[in-house]
Amino acid sequence: MTAPVSTPASRTAVHAPPIEGRPKRRRIQHPAAIATFVAPFGILFLLFYLVPIGVAIYQSLLVVEREGTFGEATQVFGGLSQYALVFQNGPFWQSVGRVLLFGIVQVPVMLGLALLFALLLDSPLLRGKKFFRLAFFVPYAVPGVIAAIMWGFLFSPNLSPFQGITRHVDFLSADLVLWSIANVVTWVFVGYNMLIIYSSLLAIPSEIYEAARLDGAGQARIAWSIKIPLVRPALILTAIFSIIGTLQLLAEPQVFRSFSSAVTSSFTPNMTIYATSAIPNVNLAAALSVVLALATFVLSFTFLRFTRRKAES
Amino acid sequence: MSTTIESRDVRGTTPAAPGSAGVVKSKGSGRGPRERFLPQVASMLVMGVFTLYFLIPIWWLFVASTKSGSDFLGTNPLWFADFALFDNIAALFAYRDGVYLTWMLNSLLYAGLGALVATLLAAMCGYALAKYRFPGREAIFNVVLGGVLVPATALALPLFLLFSRVQLTDTFWAVFLPSIVSPFGVYLARVFTEASVPDELLEASRLDGAGEVRTFFTVSIRLMFPALVTVFLFQFVAIWNNFFLPLIMLRSEELFPVTFGLYAWNSSINQLPELRGFVLIGALLSIIPLIITFLLLQRYWRTGLGTGALK
Repeated sequence: MTAPVSTPASRTAVHAPPIEGRPKRRRIQHPAAIATFVAPFGILFLLFYLVPIGVAIYQSLLVVEREGTFGEATQVFGGLSQYALVFQNGPFWQSVGRVLLFGIVQVPVMLGLALLFALLLDSPLLRGKKFFRLAFFVPYAVPGVIAAIMWGFLFSPNLSPFQGITRHVDFLSADLVLWSIANVVTWVFVGYNMLIIYSSLLAIPSEIYEAARLDGAGQARIAWSIKIPLVRPALILTAIFSIIGTLQLLAEPQVFRSFSSAVTSSFTPNMTIYATSAIPNVNLAAALSVVLALATFVLSFTFLRFTRRKAES
Repeated sequence: MSTTIESRDVRGTTPAAPGSAGVVKSKGSGRGPRERFLPQVASMLVMGVFTLYFLIPIWWLFVASTKSGSDFLGTNPLWFADFALFDNIAALFAYRDGVYLTWMLNSLLYAGLGALVATLLAAMCGYALAKYRFPGREAIFNVVLGGVLVPATALALPLFLLFSRVQLTDTFWAVFLPSIVSPFGVYLARVFTEASVPDELLEASRLDGAGEVRTFFTVSIRLMFPALVTVFLFQFVAIWNNFFLPLIMLRSEELFPVTFGLYAWNSSINQLPELRGFVLIGALLSIIPLIITFLLLQRYWRTGLGTGALK
């Protein structure tokens, strides 16, 4: 097959390169191809992201009515009555408070450590970087459930290899179990967040450091005044995903239920949702789900707004 | 862990030439070697301590898996007793007609096959969003971006409601179908394609008479490869780790992914104490596919992360 020689003139005649802002009066080019590429994902996204959300909202507006104690149960439109129940649901809001407390402590600690490690990796102070990068990342390869099982054993008074400590400090007691769970989450995710921040640090051009060094700035000064501000976007990104993850906490506390009686079935919001759906009270569970999703969205949005405002000031 | 530092080490202190890679290679001028010594030791110490924190639990898991039941409590937990690893593995595989192996296979199907399909679909969609203009393009992209922010746990209950309406809960599809949708994949594919697939190349292919789909599979996919590997890895991990979806959808033991199966066993240890050993050895084996996947694909993953996700 001979490739036709395409001169610049003939090329522009065939297909003018699209320019942003040009009025779209032309017919869509390659419609069949576009459909082929977009439709499979589009249909599945519709079916398994958008439709479920619609179903959940719909179900949250229903109420189960029975004719008498043993009569047939029908689902009828109940307006916002499920949502009224949500706002009266004490255990649910306790669980929300619990994960917020969890988040206020765990997220800054985890990201602070991740930032510290990333800065150390990026500094000339450290040797064996490849080893540390790998070693710190290994926990991320352990699924949360497995990590929770592992640490459940490590914390237990009798089975732990560190019985010297666990016999004296009950990490699975009602006072400490939340922080033991926080430890599991931190253990899994610090390395991952470290690498995100580290990638961001690597992108900083070295010329910036030249000027600072000529001024006599030391490593700590460079880190504080130059590096940290420049990795702000990475920090915000990791913070947002950590906040979202904290509100969604489920797997680790659910595993800890078999290690500690202090973890109730409504310990975190998602556990409450799961327990409610298992009753089964799907309509209330749906309403709880919607409220939690909205709360997560509002929190992330507020955080983004807050950081943007701080950046502008 | 011992740290060996030579206080006068000259490696890594040559001044960085302009245009060198972004790693700082020199220290501030006017500092004596003794002043460099302390920060270096401190850094190595900090990293060393945390290395222990990250690796000891996994080491303990490995050691515990090599012990027979009676040795488990009696012997030093951080070192081996009798090396019974392969006996334990054999017992694990034999337990309850090899249900553990079924679980592993399930996980490989859900996560491996699922991530493969997800990557393909996301790549096609992201590619089209990047390379073609059509009405509603940005609207679609924004909706998909919204999807990126929706965590998998938030969708589990709604998906359960949907699947119960069509009576498809407790089936393979209940876990597989939601797993092949990756909005993040579409995002990454679009960003990467815009950066790495030049229009001229597509033009040349068109002039050669190749169809759009053919061009995609022969030309564009090769250029998109690092991003595709990143998407695959991301989705593989996400599916493998997904807990709420199997929790709420599945009742039949033979459909469990391995993480969920181990959770179920762990929850029954009080009733069935023999499960304790199986949980530990099962947990150890279940980590291996993930570690292998990461090691094999780490080269691509790092490139992809740098290019796409941080823009």
